[in-house]
Amino acid sequence: MRRPSKAGNFARLFTLGGRIGAAEFLGIAAAVFAVLGLLWLASTWAGLVRPLFLPSPGQVVARLAELWGSGQLMADMSISIYRITLGFLISTVIALPVGILIGSYRGWEAAIEPFVDFIRYMPVVAFVPLTILWTGTGDAQKFLIIFIGTFFQQVLLVMDNVKSVPRDFIQLGRTLEMPEWRILRGIILPSAMPAIWDSMRISLGWAWTWLVVAELVAATSGLGYRITTAQRFFQTDLIFGYLLLLGILGLATDQAMKYSGRRLFRYLEVR
Amino acid sequence: MAAPKLSIRGLGKTFISDRATTVALAGVDLDIHDNEFVALVGTSGCGKSTLLSIAAGLETQDAGSIKIDGVDIETPGLDRGVVFQSYTLLPWLSAQANVEFALKASGKSSAEAAEIARDHMHLVGLDGFEKAYPAELSGGMKQRVAIARALSYRPKMLLMDEPFGALDALTRHHMQELLTGIWERHRLTVLFITHDVEEAVYLSDRVAVMTNRPGRIKTIVPVTLPRPRRYTMAATPQFQAFHREVMEAIRSESLAAAGFGAALGPSDGA
Repeated sequence: MRRPSKAGNFARLFTLGGRIGAAEFLGIAAAVFAVLGLLWLASTWAGLVRPLFLPSPGQVVARLAELWGSGQLMADMSISIYRITLGFLISTVIALPVGILIGSYRGWEAAIEPFVDFIRYMPVVAFVPLTILWTGTGDAQKFLIIFIGTFFQQVLLVMDNVKSVPRDFIQLGRTLEMPEWRILRGIILPSAMPAIWDSMRISLGWAWTWLVVAELVAATSGLGYRITTAQRFFQTDLIFGYLLLLGILGLATDQAMKYSGRRLFRYLEVR
Repeated sequence: MAAPKLSIRGLGKTFISDRATTVALAGVDLDIHDNEFVALVGTSGCGKSTLLSIAAGLETQDAGSIKIDGVDIETPGLDRGVVFQSYTLLPWLSAQANVEFALKASGKSSAEAAEIARDHMHLVGLDGFEKAYPAELSGGMKQRVAIARALSYRPKMLLMDEPFGALDALTRHHMQELLTGIWERHRLTVLFITHDVEEAVYLSDRVAVMTNRPGRIKTIVPVTLPRPRRYTMAATPQFQAFHREVMEAIRSESLAAAGFGAALGPSDGA
């Protein structure tokens, strides 16, 4: 057999269905960050762009360090994390049973799915004035916006996850004379769980977006609020810093969900 | 002769959807006796799986009757063990836990379930794989767990829907030998669906051949080969004769189903 050459090894990374090692994956991902970072550094260092439009990495880091020192950064981050955690949990806790119900029973699907679809197409941003009218500009309004933006999507995702449970699994429960609720709890739910976990990971990303939208429009604290005030004072470095921070927070939660999913559903992997 | 274990009379089933009405079964008559192994063969789409679903109680017939020990089958039940082609092992449970799952559903305590499950893992030759998850098992091993599971709660009969259809030829042969071995030692009533004629002859006491849709029993071939069956028998003239007989019955049906009818005509052996 011919030994794979160096070039063949490289081609494998860009072949349909090709394999990749964990170190290779990490290396390529890190390289993209490094290249983009260097481009940023180079363009600002060479003075290609005015600092008002694109501040240098040094400026951004200095600004973040300053805000960290004063405790402002921590305060902004904590309140935003608090809001997204609670808002996302409220949405998820309600979406799970509803999604499972309409995924399992066609009657409930007929009752709820078209309505959910209807609301899902309403732009979340348009709800901002209404939610302020209803709940003021406090945390409740943030929860509500996260809920409206996340819940209806989650319900449909969970419904699909439950529907993809193999029919034979349900038939198996029937042949074992299991009652409906035990088939639901003992077969359908654990079977759909890995997919539901993935849906939650994806919807958590959307929740971040809606949180920042809510904070941009009406808030007195949080990462989004700080970005709006920065705009007023042309603090472009702060806007960039917080955007990067949001990216990092999003990436971190996503990776955490992925990692815990792999731990929770280890049985799916061939060892 | 004693009353049949499973008795099917004039069974009919029609599927009606918005676009089409399909008569899957029309006038199926079949008896399966206690401790008898009957294979049901037919071309794909002839309704043999529908028949098994009705026997399992997962579908209901529109006409005729189907009884187990003289009692009408209306719902699924623990008196019938079903083995699906798709293995249906629950991926979050280990192999043994999959067997225990069925035993617990049938009302056994955890301790009892564990003991019976271990015995049945042994029966299908999977000692040492008790803790393996389905993702770590080969197709043949998965189906062995599924067979162990269906046997564990002692159903009156086993319903098997093309259980080896997804396996490679070599594994399929091993599975057939394993199943015959278990059957010959423990004697069960089995309805076995397949489209593999050799498999049907090798395993069965009788082979029932179905017509094309609407399906009914075209002919029943008693396979009087001696037991215990050995895989080497496939080369014997007796085996070949049974094989040919079933093949002839099914050939005209499959030619018609595939639209070959006049093009190929009756075979020389007929």
